[in-house]
Amino acid sequence: MEVGKCLKRVDAFDKVTGRAKYTDDMCPKHAYVTRILHSTIAHGRVLSIDTSEAEKIEGVVKVLTCFDVPDIPFPTAGHPWTTVPAHQDVADRKLLNEHVRHYGDEVAAVVAEDYVAADRAIRALKVEYEEYPFVIDPIEAAKEGAPVIHPERQDNNILAHSDIRIGNYQEAIKEPGLIKVEGWYYTPTVQHAHIENHICYAYQEQGGRMTVVTSTQIPHIVRRVVAQALGWSWGKVRIIKPYVGGGFGNKQDALYEPLCAWLSLQVGGHPVKLDVSREETFVNNRVRHAMPCHIISWVRPDGTFAARKFELWSDQGAYASHGHSVAGKALGSYPQIYPCDNIEADAWTVYTNKPTAGAMRAYGMPQATFHNECHVEEIVTKLNLDPVEFRRKNSMPVGYYDDFSKNELYHDSFNDCLDKAIELIDYDRKFELYKNQTGPVRRGIGTSLFWYNTAVWPISIETSSCRMIMNQDGSIQLMTGETEIGQGCDTVFAQMAADTVGLKVEDVHVVTNQDTDVTPYGAGAYASRQTYVGGFAIKQTGELLKEKILGHAHTLTRMPVDILDIVEGNIVRKTDNRVLMSLGELATKILYDFELSEHMAAESTYSVKSNAYSFGVSIAEVEVDIPLCKVELLNIVNVHDCGILINPPLAEAQVHGGMSMGIGFGLYEELLVDKKTGRVLNDNLLDYKLCTTMDHPDLMVDFAENPEPTSPFGTKALGEPPACSPAPAIRNAILHATGVAINSLPINPHKLFAAFTEAGLFETL
Amino acid sequence: MSEKQFKTINFTLNGKRVSTSVDVRESLSDMLRDDFGLTSVKKGCEVGECGACTVLVNGEVFASCIFLAIWVDGKDVLTVEGLVDVDGNISDIQQAFIDETAVQCGFCTPGFIMSAEHLLRTGKRYTRDELRKELSGNMCRCTGYQNIINAVEKAMNARLAKAGKE
Repeated sequence: MEVGKCLKRVDAFDKVTGRAKYTDDMCPKHAYVTRILHSTIAHGRVLSIDTSEAEKIEGVVKVLTCFDVPDIPFPTAGHPWTTVPAHQDVADRKLLNEHVRHYGDEVAAVVAEDYVAADRAIRALKVEYEEYPFVIDPIEAAKEGAPVIHPERQDNNILAHSDIRIGNYQEAIKEPGLIKVEGWYYTPTVQHAHIENHICYAYQEQGGRMTVVTSTQIPHIVRRVVAQALGWSWGKVRIIKPYVGGGFGNKQDALYEPLCAWLSLQVGGHPVKLDVSREETFVNNRVRHAMPCHIISWVRPDGTFAARKFELWSDQGAYASHGHSVAGKALGSYPQIYPCDNIEADAWTVYTNKPTAGAMRAYGMPQATFHNECHVEEIVTKLNLDPVEFRRKNSMPVGYYDDFSKNELYHDSFNDCLDKAIELIDYDRKFELYKNQTGPVRRGIGTSLFWYNTAVWPISIETSSCRMIMNQDGSIQLMTGETEIGQGCDTVFAQMAADTVGLKVEDVHVVTNQDTDVTPYGAGAYASRQTYVGGFAIKQTGELLKEKILGHAHTLTRMPVDILDIVEGNIVRKTDNRVLMSLGELATKILYDFELSEHMAAESTYSVKSNAYSFGVSIAEVEVDIPLCKVELLNIVNVHDCGILINPPLAEAQVHGGMSMGIGFGLYEELLVDKKTGRVLNDNLLDYKLCTTMDHPDLMVDFAENPEPTSPFGTKALGEPPACSPAPAIRNAILHATGVAINSLPINPHKLFAAFTEAGLFETL
Repeated sequence: MSEKQFKTINFTLNGKRVSTSVDVRESLSDMLRDDFGLTSVKKGCEVGECGACTVLVNGEVFASCIFLAIWVDGKDVLTVEGLVDVDGNISDIQQAFIDETAVQCGFCTPGFIMSAEHLLRTGKRYTRDELRKELSGNMCRCTGYQNIINAVEKAMNARLAKAGKE
């Protein structure tokens, strides 16, 4: 068995030697380069662009403006397409935009022989704008009279309203003796900050077909979006995905591929490269939705919920991208993690004049987890209950069934994870020790659970395809539409394929690059879906291949198929475990046989009709220096139930990365927008505070490996979940240490100073 | 500067004497990538913030994106490609990154390895906290740095043991 083994990554050697080819490493040297002119107003209309000076600059090939692009609004979200018009993604932007909707919006592009010429041409462009009032706060933007950002939509900035109604909230709150707990919670705009910026290049070949090589998580989806944006038939577009230097959801969107393809068309199909700068990554790619949330809970004195109300605003920014689906996922989590008989929950996804929000690791769940876990701690504090016991008592119970997703909680996952985390971080002792502290430096320990859903069925299709091709030496090429972007899916897919067919893992050659001309359809890297959904396709395809192989083995060995098996690359007679022939011998004989000759391959699509809960917990221990308003994270542990681990060290490494991102979300990161101009103030890695090696301690990780019964390999979501719960755990630890509740992220010294001042903490020292 | 100006420079690149004519405005990272095909030199910000383009110049760590190509004239440049021997064997620090699962998307990896190689070449023993401080100029969004620190610590200990500094 290869599944469950601690195997090295199949791509590690190429990556430590610099041989792994990313998009820029493959771009032809003679490709033209591109620079984009970004608006210097937050909202308005481009009246004119004078390109005459720019066009005279030596080395400039073409200058194109918002007045030149096709009048085709297109959607960018990396969702599978749906044939139901009402459920299709919102098409609200063009390749370049005359109606400018955020500071930095794309209004013109220069194609040039080199960047010196392109940069000069950008500086030589003269733009005349008509300015409109702008709005950067989603609650303000949702109000009557706010500047309308998409007048053509007639939605008054409210892209979507989602709601959940369970029981009868208004009646339930009349129950005598209830305690009302109410709070506002805020999570900020943050950015993915993968180290490889988005980059793509496009060229025409094969009688005018368009090829785009791109750093994307979703090649098959991008193919569709490029075709839609150009107004082309989809088969004329080909997307190639090389190695990708991180994505985290940002590259689960058609970013600049449509524009790049169109620019290439404007220069006769010559290769055109669009290499996004770090500054553009922050402003012109996607960001995480900022989300203010208002929660009211009506709690019985015994610490059970009678009724709960949620009001959530999701800051969409300038364009729809993933739109309301992110807020929808966030909203859906509130009643699931802590089930309650009476729920009234509403989410408004609201356009603002800010960078566009899209998918980002865990898709609304880090926000919702912060809102809910802060609020739960408020209840615990108000009712003087034990934080862990409250969570044990109120979190989703074993056997819980959700009629929409058809999900069931099969195991005691929350308690299993809590038990492990508590032991690892020595919680009980520290929780007692840190009670009733005085003095300027205090310690605290805090807990947060999280809830997560694997994949997207039944909201969207969950389809994955796989192809296996047998080589003459008995090894296989494995192709799936699911993309390696750093998580390690190529390695775990090789393990799954090896076990299904009966091969050694080194005899599974994973074709890591997707090419939509040859790669079977898969939706790509999002929703922590690939190990779960891809697993079905690999299992099914591997069994098809195995059936073919054993059929040929029967012909060659005369033995009945049902006493034959494939073990470590050999045809084995099960009755006496004798090796009858190697797969290499079989494959060679079959391919070159005058009668039997066959290129042995299998291909299939699996459309998954299930989904799986994935759960876990963070516990954080902090030291707060009250006079300095400084938080030091001393220890943090994440424990996950993501089912069976296919490759334990890779799983642990995924959790490390998510925890680090969650810690940044909790303590450091925020994309700041100037209220006066709408301009992003910290669009670089110096001013946007990404965690470095110095910014958190060693990360503790463990797993409760409860097998997921719906998965052929017992596995479920892990890619995104680790980012959900660190921030609220840190917040709750700070509350434990100081008695001060901070309900807005990031918890930086500025906020602590204001909160400690308001709480009168400095006077008590 | 409106006209392109070129200068011929001679330097040692990964142990070999090389010569090239380079635009005087060009960065070292662009020259290494475009003229010598050294794709380990990654560009993540081009302003010296992320560390993905880290190389060694005369044994010192530099962000090659903000280092002019002409400045390496007469100097010794080392990239990750230069850590692999003539038979294709990788170095101890590269192997440690593989063994400790310190590689994910791989984009920051070569730069991190070069910063680590610089530390290992000092022959000093660093505490874990010192390693964190020394490596803080390289950014990674995938790993949470945990396994990277583990890999560097492991390679450092092995090299020190080999040098008799147990």
